[in-house]
Amino acid sequence: MLRTLTILIACQFVGEVAARAGNLPLPGPVIGLVLLLGWLIWRGGPDAEMRENCSGLLRHLLLLFVPAGVGIVTQLDVLRQNLVPALVAIVVSTALGLGVTGWLMQRLSRGTRR
Amino acid sequence: MNHGIDFLWVYLQTTPLLGLGITLLAYQAAQKISGRFGASTLANPMLIAVGLIVVLLLATGTPYPVYFQGAQYIHVLLGPATVALAVPMYANINQIHRSAAAILPAILAGSAVAAASAMAIAHLLGASRQTVLSLAPKSVTTPIAMGIAEQIGGQPSLTAVFVLLTGIVSIMLAGPVARALGVTDWRAVGLAAGTAGHGLATARVLLLNETAGAFGGLAIGLNGLFTSLIVPLLAEAMAWLMPQ
Repeated sequence: MLRTLTILIACQFVGEVAARAGNLPLPGPVIGLVLLLGWLIWRGGPDAEMRENCSGLLRHLLLLFVPAGVGIVTQLDVLRQNLVPALVAIVVSTALGLGVTGWLMQRLSRGTRR
Repeated sequence: MNHGIDFLWVYLQTTPLLGLGITLLAYQAAQKISGRFGASTLANPMLIAVGLIVVLLLATGTPYPVYFQGAQYIHVLLGPATVALAVPMYANINQIHRSAAAILPAILAGSAVAAASAMAIAHLLGASRQTVLSLAPKSVTTPIAMGIAEQIGGQPSLTAVFVLLTGIVSIMLAGPVARALGVTDWRAVGLAAGTAGHGLATARVLLLNETAGAFGGLAIGLNGLFTSLIVPLLAEAMAWLMPQ
């Protein structure tokens, strides 16, 4: 557990530093994700300990959103005032996103093995 | 006696234990409640836990910063958990490699269309700038979406709500949209669900077909990466087109 946590935090730390130093538009943890992915490819995959620890952490991923989610109490007025445009935007853009990705994927992968 | 309780309350407000304990308790209660409703999407444990805590804060008149003083110890794990998403992504690496020529353009196009259309529609309907920026990453898995929102000047907690709504909407629309466009290949159905509706829609298509679930899973990660690159550009374009 400690080793996994150290690796995760090290990747995030390098990601945060790189984002600020390089003025990159990516969030630090996303750069950390790419770094870890590169490391896993280089190493030929995670060892059993790391796989177990990461799936344990990700099993409770929803819990980790709760503190920020509760921040909605400070935004209730904003949410109320913008709810209708936001909902319309969500419904239409989700339909467009589903359509574009599904249609393009089916077209481009026609004839390739499943 | 009343003075004793007041004193206790003042003390509790200064320790991080209250916010930390309430978050853990509310989440476990939410898991129990959600379990009773089976696979219903609206009974999402995060949504229920947030609802319980919001009601509690409003009822006791506790300001959010007092709560967050304790809850931050859970919040800080969001970064390492985002990094940990690399492990399930690695599990899909062979699949990504094999069909990269189809997967990458399909996700990239879906990601750009979903983000740009959401921003344009919300803006045209009169949403505030902050709402538009908070909407931009709504198709991405929550930890990455909140990171993007923070980066571009949106409001991460608004984004968390929009991400959840997007997941629910994409569960309802995935089937009808696929049928309307004649999309029958499960790889395409799954990739579309993961790109437009992150983990929620992926969990739903996984129940229908395992291949769809696998393609949904790889779309979640790749869409997170692509959207992280695209949305800052869209935000810049918006600032340039519509100066404040």
